[in-house]
Amino acid sequence: MEKMSRVTTALSGSALTGRTMHCHLDAPANAISVCRDAAQVVVAGRSIFKIYAIEEEQFVEKLNLRVGRKPSLNLSCADVVWHQMDENLLATAATNGVVVTWNLGRPSRNKQDQLFTEHKRTVNKVCFHPTEAHVLLSGSQDGFMKCFDLRRKDSVSTFSGQSESVRDVQFSIRDYFTFASTFENGNVQLWDIRRPDRCERMFTAHNGPVFCCDWHPEDRGWLATGGRDKMVKVWDMTTHRAKEMHCVQTIASVARVKWRPECRHHLATCSMMVDHNIYVWDVRRPFVPAAMFEEHRDVTTGIAWRHPHDPSFLLSGSKDSTLCQHLFRDASQPVERANPEGLCYGLFGDLAFAAKESLVAAESGRKPYMGDRRHPIFFKRKLDPAEPFSGLASSALSVFETESGGGSMSWFVDTAERYALAGRPLAELCDHNAKVARELGRNQVAQTWTMLRIIYCSPGLVSSANLNHSVGKGSSCGLPLMNSFNLKDMGPGLGSETRLDRSKGDTRSDTALLDSSATLITNEDNEETEGSDVPADYLLGDVEGEEDELYPLDTEHVHPEEPEYVLPQEAFPLRHEIVDTPSGPEHLQDKADSPHVSGNEADTASLAPVDSSSSLLSVSHALYDSRLPPDFFSVLVRDMLHFYAEQGDVQMAVSVLIVLGERVRKDIDEQTQEHWYTSYIDLLQRFCLWNVSNEVVKLSTSRAVSCLNQASTTLHVNCSHCKRPMSSRGWVCDRCHRCASMCAVCHHVVKGLFVWCQGCSHGGHLQHIMKWLEGSSHCPAGCGHLCEYS
Amino acid sequence: MNRGGSSAAASANYLLCTNCRKVLRKDKRIRVSQPLTRGPSAFIPEKEVVQANTVDERTNFLVEEYSTSGRLDNITQVMGLHTQYLESFLRSQFYMLRMDGPLPLPDRHYIAIMAAARHQCSYLINMHVDEFLKTGGIAEWLNGLEYVPQRLRNLNEINKLLAHRPWLITKEHIQKLVKTGENNWSLPELVHAVVLLAHYHALASFVFGSGINPEREPGISNGFRLISVNSFCVCDLANDNSIENTSLAGSNFGIVDSLGELEALMERMKRLQEDRGDEETTREEMTTRFEKEKKESLFVVPGESFHSFPHSDFEDDTIITADVSRYIEDPGFGYEDFARRGEEHLPTFRAQDYTWENHGFSLVNRLYSDIGHLLDEKFRMVYSLTYNTMATHEDVDTTTLRRALFNYVHCMFGIRYDDYDYGEVNQLLERSLKVYIKTVTCYPERTTKRMYDSYWRQFTHSEKVHVNLLLMEARMQAELLYALRAITRHLT
Repeated sequence: MEKMSRVTTALSGSALTGRTMHCHLDAPANAISVCRDAAQVVVAGRSIFKIYAIEEEQFVEKLNLRVGRKPSLNLSCADVVWHQMDENLLATAATNGVVVTWNLGRPSRNKQDQLFTEHKRTVNKVCFHPTEAHVLLSGSQDGFMKCFDLRRKDSVSTFSGQSESVRDVQFSIRDYFTFASTFENGNVQLWDIRRPDRCERMFTAHNGPVFCCDWHPEDRGWLATGGRDKMVKVWDMTTHRAKEMHCVQTIASVARVKWRPECRHHLATCSMMVDHNIYVWDVRRPFVPAAMFEEHRDVTTGIAWRHPHDPSFLLSGSKDSTLCQHLFRDASQPVERANPEGLCYGLFGDLAFAAKESLVAAESGRKPYMGDRRHPIFFKRKLDPAEPFSGLASSALSVFETESGGGSMSWFVDTAERYALAGRPLAELCDHNAKVARELGRNQVAQTWTMLRIIYCSPGLVSSANLNHSVGKGSSCGLPLMNSFNLKDMGPGLGSETRLDRSKGDTRSDTALLDSSATLITNEDNEETEGSDVPADYLLGDVEGEEDELYPLDTEHVHPEEPEYVLPQEAFPLRHEIVDTPSGPEHLQDKADSPHVSGNEADTASLAPVDSSSSLLSVSHALYDSRLPPDFFSVLVRDMLHFYAEQGDVQMAVSVLIVLGERVRKDIDEQTQEHWYTSYIDLLQRFCLWNVSNEVVKLSTSRAVSCLNQASTTLHVNCSHCKRPMSSRGWVCDRCHRCASMCAVCHHVVKGLFVWCQGCSHGGHLQHIMKWLEGSSHCPAGCGHLCEYS
Repeated sequence: MNRGGSSAAASANYLLCTNCRKVLRKDKRIRVSQPLTRGPSAFIPEKEVVQANTVDERTNFLVEEYSTSGRLDNITQVMGLHTQYLESFLRSQFYMLRMDGPLPLPDRHYIAIMAAARHQCSYLINMHVDEFLKTGGIAEWLNGLEYVPQRLRNLNEINKLLAHRPWLITKEHIQKLVKTGENNWSLPELVHAVVLLAHYHALASFVFGSGINPEREPGISNGFRLISVNSFCVCDLANDNSIENTSLAGSNFGIVDSLGELEALMERMKRLQEDRGDEETTREEMTTRFEKEKKESLFVVPGESFHSFPHSDFEDDTIITADVSRYIEDPGFGYEDFARRGEEHLPTFRAQDYTWENHGFSLVNRLYSDIGHLLDEKFRMVYSLTYNTMATHEDVDTTTLRRALFNYVHCMFGIRYDDYDYGEVNQLLERSLKVYIKTVTCYPERTTKRMYDSYWRQFTHSEKVHVNLLLMEARMQAELLYALRAITRHLT
């Protein structure tokens, strides 16, 4: 209300009144301009040129300036401007390059006054001098700006932008002699009207054409520019170099920009393509428009504030053939619909939470600081009474840290680094991974690996004992699962949410207890295992005796069936399917393997349940007896993988996928696999585990994933002498014709791996340097530096 | 001298122009000398191209970086005469074929094949058949359109219109393609496809316009390649005047004093540049001039028009093109003069209402990111490319000439610039050039060496290639403008 009264005084008692309204035009509009008295508006387009009176309730057509039998191209207007000093004077820019002035005071029907046919190409913009009655400026596609004195027949001076296409010209409101022009190549030039020979200043404002510019009505030297790169920028021209003050990113190319009267930081924009709305931005708040007008059904081509001192009336013309008056109070305000809360998880389990300050304070009724683990940071705007949304803009950002250790992801890093994914037989991989998991206290995972081994390699008894053992452990140590998060002082809703996330992300052993479906055998015999401490010599007993004799025979026997044993990993990135038909010797072979699996656990055997009442043992017996093919389990394994992925342990899912290779791949659909791979790779990269992530990429079978490390494989090198980029070859510089990298040992050019000392910067072939430094500790180049190679 | 035998072998690889065929029928003992087909182009002597290329190592560098086939093909060699342009050309082509985009790689090549097939450009088809298979395309698709998914086949309509009568594309066509359903196209995919189509239609113009020779193949044939049919008739290639030129003798290709011609052209250009103001042309007259030029383009009949000969003469043609036609439907659909429409009054496309810079760019870039910048750079490059030379003269401002060429192409597609005086076209472009332009842009497959040779005799080959580049880009822009305008209308 305070503002309204101010406006009223500015309008000297005659406040504008009106409502949001529109009227239909006969043809699309290209530009509009308002008369000084704020009561009339002129609309111009390819086949329209009319003046409308703005009345309380509607627009009334006052005058059609498009007269004559056969309308000529001179009437096809690209731009129109109404003189701000003289109510009778109008100027239009025609698409054929003509500048026409119109005198409404002429008695005849044809109001056309003067015709300037000096431009060779379309004239994009015309502009009257804000105070001088007879000075008109035009900017054209041909790259020239011309200044006309309306008392003379032709231009007074011509300014050459030295570039193609002037898109906009605007006289400075404050500086009498200055005008700004914008160009298709992204430049903005400042000219002194008295000096047509060269521009005062030029700078690149946008990437791509600058479609429009507008001088700030009050702040001397503020210029807003809008370009095809979807940005609106505000420049301070008073300093020596034009300084970018604000930048607003819109969603489409900016066709027009107009400062809002009486609001220092507001400007209105409309776009040239795709987006039909008009936005009013607060330049200090560049992400959310302060107001939005959504009336038009096609691109808005012209906007104008109705009165230079009234911020609430905006007029607009559009390609959809309508002329609109928008009232600021009817505008929709995206701010109101925006979600003022934000929640984000950090890499190490930290949580950041931002909300409207009032909301945070009001809801819990306490101070947001509490406890050591919470370090809320506050961003608060300086309150500006002129700001309509200053209250909204202040928000609180709180950061919650997790207790050290409890939420740490070190298990993830360790696991990722230590897992073996390929290069060894499946059984070994499984065992190795099981061991890794066990050592990290992730017993369920360890168990899963062991199970996999049983399923896919052969029914092994020792490993099943092993399995049981780990279950026993798991149930004892997996439980104390930490709700380490300090949530005391958070709202109840938020707290529970976080807890949920927490359990998903970090607490693997926690979930071990939740699950029962995937590990088919474990749960029921869990108790039994715990209960029975009877030494388990029952099962092992009958084989033990023969083991020694069978072992050598056995290894010979099995080797040809597992070629992967010997082949290097590179040659066989993918494993072919091995049909495992459980048979006597294989079974024994597995046994032969087992000691070295459980090597560090001497007591494994003794821990296995003696009693065959344990369901585990009966299962493995059944497996063995009925010779179930591994395919039988594929559904189960698939469910298991899905289970892990659902639990958030995508690491497990991907590792198993890679290790099992062809055996399970066909059961899981491509997209899911791809999704797992990408999530895992993403996680690995967040932890800077580049090597592991690359290995995973390499081992993946999904095309979309494996092409990840095919991208951007170019390495750009600069010449060590002239510091220029070496374009054609990596070792000879085209410019100085010298070889950039010489080996200090053999004095030949290094074309492959080049290793150099960071102390003296001498280096050479990797092999040579390694060899050299074995024998000597000094630099091979003879510089005396004591190089180190590790 | 038993030349009859050798000529039969030689001509097996070449199409015969109708004229020759007539002669052949009349007189079986035709004498044809071995055609000059060495080098990348049939029109340009090999040494001109090669000479220019060895000088420019940059070309090789560009090829290394951007070529999809990994070698210096004939198109690149000929374009290598204008290295500046070549860079932006290769970059945009590489981007649309290889870089991130909504369409899968094989589909892109298949679309290229479809586009090239509209102009029976076996050169481009062969090139992309290889690439298609290399990128993992399904070989079965190459048996013809019946074998491709319905979705790709749906592009056919828009391909046809875009190639020959882009002004007929309406938002209904777009709606039909994007309408939700089993085979619908998403807008980004569609834009990608449209860019590819326009690119390859235009490139076909360049291939024919510059007489690009088929690649000398490394010999591997996958069974899907077309027989390398050079579309240039032996009589064009052999500069042998002994052939009885029944129909062409009458046309006014007579040798005028070409030096005088050049001088006159330069004089006219100069005049146009200097005294625009004095010449009081009423604006109404300007309007009529465009109409006149549009109408006149009607009478500019491309070299050997299908209409000028009875159809019986062309029966053999269909045999040769059968291979190509499996990629297209409705092969009879061709360019029809924009001005001829008469019955339904199609409105002229006002260039100022939908420009590339303001509208086309924004739309394309929005739906298929970054291609806008690349195309923008390419258009800008070709439009502003100049060495300030004209034939033997140096330091000439060729702006008006370039603009006339560009706008004349747009004029044939019904795009009109309000700020252009179409009288200039008449003054600057001689009739034989107009015939050439119209053939290359509208019926590229009919271009002959004779047409290429008959205009601007004094100009260097490099300059003529520049003309071809201008024609190609102007055509591509025209097609894009129509297609993008339809998409814009669909969006609003």
